[in-house]
Amino acid sequence: MTDRPENFTEWYTSERFNVGVRRRRTREGVLRGLGMVSILLAVTMLVTLFGSIFYQARTAFVQTQIGLEVALPAAEFDGGTQAGADAIKDVNFRGLVADALYASLGGRPDSRGARREMLALISADASFQLMERVIEEPSLIGQQSRFWLPASDDMHNIVQGVVDRDVTEDDRRTSDAQINWIERLEDQGMVRSAFAWDLLLRNDSRDPEVAGIFAGVVGSALMLTVTLVVSLPLGVAAAVYLEEFAPKNWFTRLIDVNIRNLAAVPSIVFGLLALAVFIRVFGMPRSSPLVGGLALSLLTLPTMIIAARAAIAAVPPSLRTAAMELGASKMQTVSKVVLPNALPGILTGTIISMAEALGETAPLLMIGMVAFVADAPSSFLDPAAPLPVQIYTWSTSPERAFAAKTAAAIIVLLLFLFLMNAAAIYLRDRVQKKW
Amino acid sequence: METTLEKPETAPDRAAAGHETKMECSEVNVFYGDFHAIRDATLNVHAREVLALMGPSGCGKTTFLRCLNRMNDAIENSRVTGRILLDGQDIYAPAIDPVHIRTRVGMVAQAPNPFPKSVYDNIAFGPRLHGFVKGRAEMDQLVEHSLRRAGLWDEVKDKLDERGTDLSGGQQQRLCIARAIANDPEVLLMDEPVSSLDPNAAAIIEDLITELSEDYSIVLITHSMEQTRRVADRTAFFYLGEIAEIGITQDVFDNPRDPRTVDFIRGAFG
Repeated sequence: MTDRPENFTEWYTSERFNVGVRRRRTREGVLRGLGMVSILLAVTMLVTLFGSIFYQARTAFVQTQIGLEVALPAAEFDGGTQAGADAIKDVNFRGLVADALYASLGGRPDSRGARREMLALISADASFQLMERVIEEPSLIGQQSRFWLPASDDMHNIVQGVVDRDVTEDDRRTSDAQINWIERLEDQGMVRSAFAWDLLLRNDSRDPEVAGIFAGVVGSALMLTVTLVVSLPLGVAAAVYLEEFAPKNWFTRLIDVNIRNLAAVPSIVFGLLALAVFIRVFGMPRSSPLVGGLALSLLTLPTMIIAARAAIAAVPPSLRTAAMELGASKMQTVSKVVLPNALPGILTGTIISMAEALGETAPLLMIGMVAFVADAPSSFLDPAAPLPVQIYTWSTSPERAFAAKTAAAIIVLLLFLFLMNAAAIYLRDRVQKKW
Repeated sequence: METTLEKPETAPDRAAAGHETKMECSEVNVFYGDFHAIRDATLNVHAREVLALMGPSGCGKTTFLRCLNRMNDAIENSRVTGRILLDGQDIYAPAIDPVHIRTRVGMVAQAPNPFPKSVYDNIAFGPRLHGFVKGRAEMDQLVEHSLRRAGLWDEVKDKLDERGTDLSGGQQQRLCIARAIANDPEVLLMDEPVSSLDPNAAAIIEDLITELSEDYSIVLITHSMEQTRRVADRTAFFYLGEIAEIGITQDVFDNPRDPRTVDFIRGAFG
């Protein structure tokens, strides 16, 4: 300071001043560069992650189908063309499908081994799908029509190019004969790739070609309903009390610190707590959306309370004073002024913690929601496997086609999370215009 | 309201013309914890007068004002002693509901604080709370009356559905005055109502204060000597929690008796 030249112009053009300016600019440049590099890194990782998931999932969104001319002779059906659903269920559709397949591949093979190999082209679920079609449309009985039925997962992988058909027979699960047959069918134009509606509309299955996430989505929805119904009113009530009514003393500070700590507790601990309390003590059914939802409520409550408190605290104190000065009681002030103005913030917090709960897996494993569930739960007490748990079980399945299925289910889960976060951002933007 | 007192033309005339007492404060003391914020304040608020409270910052003007509608109750650790009567009734009596007092003693804050609701809903807030009016038509009438009284009707009659927070600062402050009037109070407390407004908007509010004093007792905190001279019938000087001097505005300004008032006035002008 003291050895600064008297004349300002002299100082601002002096070498010492310029050295200082240059050093400052260099430092700013380095900081900016570091920031850009880290953002670039983050973007690269994100692109890699999404890229690999989408690449993995690409074959799960299509279903390879084989077209078969299936004859449904009226004589096979008890009651003929007027057969009821129960009668249709008694029919040997497996045999009908097999006959149609033999016919299109030049006749029934003589050896049992060859017959079994040929039948392995078609999904084990194909005959059930055919049965469902006939129950839906009984007028098909007595006719021969073309049905597009799902190919087996091994054939799906061959057709979609997941498995290279040029490697030697020892290195793949499919035999040369099977590849030969599928190529004959391809030449006949009897192999097609359709959008895999089964992925979205069917329940879980041991056969990856027809396994779907519908039951998982329903399970997750039921569970989140329980979570929302429990944690939203409790969370808002706790936040209102702590923010507006509670005296500020050591006890409420203790509660405050504990809520913040609970928000940082590993989620599996809440699973253990749910197992010990809800299942052991209260005897609620295991694996049910009710227990799952309650476990997730434990998890989301701290986050909800913190978010709701922040939203309530953000309501300008001048509005509270204004309401009081107009003769509103404390309760009226809270219900007529504070809560309506805090609502968008509270809802944002709710949506974000619901999204958090949707993606949660660990606590659900503790309460037995990890079983294979073939039917969508129809009540809060039925066993359910929510979406993230289904992703977990699929990822550990040995069939190769499940790898793609896992990625596809992850995409669906991400889509739900994306939608929920978008809703939260929309609400947040709305509140910002307010005051 | 029922008296037939003629309204004199100028402020000093009015003050001299005799008065009835609206609020009576005797030996009011306010403590915030150990801090003694107001010491033995004794003063009366007359019916249909403008009483200005002046004094340096932190001298207790706002604290005293908040005693008059029991808004100090909301502050933790605060304690009020002494007697404050509204029409002869002790507003700190145990049987009195502070909420009821606040409908009779309205308040307008320093910075405009309309609710982020429509202009209409801002005015209707108090009446709806207390169930003063029945039916939409009656409410429409009350909203119009209150806005007219605050001199805002012509400016907002076409945008009653717009947010009160979207109005200009001066309009917002008049909206807050209209909102207070809608409760049909007897006394209006104003804490530096124009300090956040530009000179034009401030002048409009000043005129409004003079006009409103035909119906209401108004207690006004202000830092502007000119404003006090223009609108206040009487002026009380606060100094470190005590009332240094109180009297008819012109007298107090021209012949201050208390040395602290003398200093304050000299400081403000010099």
